[in-house]
Amino acid sequence: MTDSCHEPTLQPGEAPHIEVRDLTMAFGDFVLQRDLSFSIPRNSIFVIMGGSGCGKSTLLRHILGLLDPAAGSVLLDGSRISGLEADERQAIMSRFGVLYQSGALWSSMTLAENVSLPLEEYTELDAAEIREIAILKLAMVGLKGFEDYYPAEVSGGMQKRAGLARAIALDPEILCIDEPSAGLDPISSKRLDDLIQELRDSLDTTVVMVTHELPSIYAIGTDSIFLDAETRTMIASGPPNWLRDHCDHPTVRTFMTRGEGEDG
Amino acid sequence: MTGPRIEATRGPEGLTLTASGQWDIEVATPDAQAVERAVTSLGPGDVLLYDTADLEKWDSGLLALLLRLESIASDRGAKVDRRGLPDGAGRLLALAESSPAREDARRSEEKAPVVDRVGTAALDAIDEAEESVTFLGETTRALGRFLTGRSRYRKRDLWLLVQQAGAGALGIVSLVSFLLGAILAFVGAVQLQQFGATIYVANLVGVAMARDMGALMTAIVMSGRSGAAYAAQLGSMKVNQETDALVTLGISPVEFLVVPRVLALSSMMPLLTLYSVLMGIAGGALVGMAMLDLSLTTYWNQTLGALSITGLVGGLFKALVYGVLIALAGCREGMRCGGSASAVGDAATAAVVSSIVAIISAAGVFAWVFYVLGI
Repeated sequence: MTDSCHEPTLQPGEAPHIEVRDLTMAFGDFVLQRDLSFSIPRNSIFVIMGGSGCGKSTLLRHILGLLDPAAGSVLLDGSRISGLEADERQAIMSRFGVLYQSGALWSSMTLAENVSLPLEEYTELDAAEIREIAILKLAMVGLKGFEDYYPAEVSGGMQKRAGLARAIALDPEILCIDEPSAGLDPISSKRLDDLIQELRDSLDTTVVMVTHELPSIYAIGTDSIFLDAETRTMIASGPPNWLRDHCDHPTVRTFMTRGEGEDG
Repeated sequence: MTGPRIEATRGPEGLTLTASGQWDIEVATPDAQAVERAVTSLGPGDVLLYDTADLEKWDSGLLALLLRLESIASDRGAKVDRRGLPDGAGRLLALAESSPAREDARRSEEKAPVVDRVGTAALDAIDEAEESVTFLGETTRALGRFLTGRSRYRKRDLWLLVQQAGAGALGIVSLVSFLLGAILAFVGAVQLQQFGATIYVANLVGVAMARDMGALMTAIVMSGRSGAAYAAQLGSMKVNQETDALVTLGISPVEFLVVPRVLALSSMMPLLTLYSVLMGIAGGALVGMAMLDLSLTTYWNQTLGALSITGLVGGLFKALVYGVLIALAGCREGMRCGGSASAVGDAATAAVVSSIVAIISAAGVFAWVFYVLGI
């Protein structure tokens, strides 16, 4: 590990929005990643990078509290959110919005009903108001007119966008996104990136994103970490553009230049 | 913390909406009726303005309300000036408007006339019957290729299916059959006691289990256990495009997936039924010994005397047919499953329903045929 691969993600004196402290992730005896420590600044677009199978999505699930850490902890605004009891976690979950890799829309509900469910669960609004907000959210992601379609009836890109509309239904503080561009063409993927950036700017959201799509990492990522599958640790951290220019760790270099920068 | 408020004031420039306080849909929503009335009174040439100087926090609740008010205002010909809104709110509203509604996307929810619906249903039924026959034909051909050793399938899969449909089902079949035998004995005992002919409980239980009830109960248990599982397995393979992957490899999914399941279930059903008959007799014997003071030997000899080879073989043959029906219904529903998670559930439900209907219909036909043949 070289220092040229670590640029602090926080300004001096800035409090992190989410902090991960000495986190070790393991399934039984199999350790996926050990001693991860990093801070996610408020209002950033924080990218978790790494090769396939290094534990990126698992890290996201730890941050969301879907999995309990083998050691270490995750802190939100300074208070621990990992390893909580189900009812304690419930209160925190409405501050998170999640977009899953495949959209994970509920297939028996229309797009509008998908977006409405979190609103029905967490607010006291009446049905007409909820429908109004659901239509607004779907319009924001460019799905005006598709409210009464079922997920199976729209394209993969539209399912992703509908998933994003559901993720922002409660105006979350933190938006977690797993592989936003998986299975999307470059144009749809670019539009989704723009949308994520726009939502981050307008809603003051912190975005935590797992991806290995280089164009989106460079275009919208403000900070990042790099997980290595071999050493099972974090081998780089900092703004993605900075890492590309400064980090000389071979794995990171190969990843960030797609192998084209190996000789230069 | 101040609650969310919205007010309308008319000034020289136009109607100003003043939003203030903390807007949080998870806490409270303001009363907007007065504002809505004020906006409704706007006319052409009027301007709708915003003042958000005292707005501490806003969210989608505010946006949705503003969008509604703005659409009322523009319907009345008034202009909207968003400069008074917070930056982000204005941008999000613009974003929501930027994608025009695809008019062709909107669903038509009109109900077709009755004649239309009856006709469509009839045509659908014909299509479905045709599909079923095609499926049956494909399966038969694939079975033929299996028998001549030209079929492509994995032996391991077949043995696993045999194990699941056979040994794996012993527990539930034991429980159901033992209790069924006991129940038959109870019912019979109450009636036969009136004639002092309680020994015939053994005949009743033995004959009923061997000829009909063993096969029928096993079939119903297996349609819930294996039929539903087959539909769910094939259905989710369809959703994951695994069946497409087989087809592109030039492997027929019917050969690879359906035939092994039909074989596994139809070969295991007679064995399970034989076991079920024995368990049923055991259940009857327990009741006979405990309630009717019969000895085990008496009961057993009486049962042996009552049973006939033809009756038992007939029962096992029925079991074989039920096995084929369950496997076919399960696989067929799985193969025609739609593309979503709820479709897999529908397929499993349809598999159980149609296999139970098929089993009961077949049982009726068997009863008649056996009666005519005098078996």
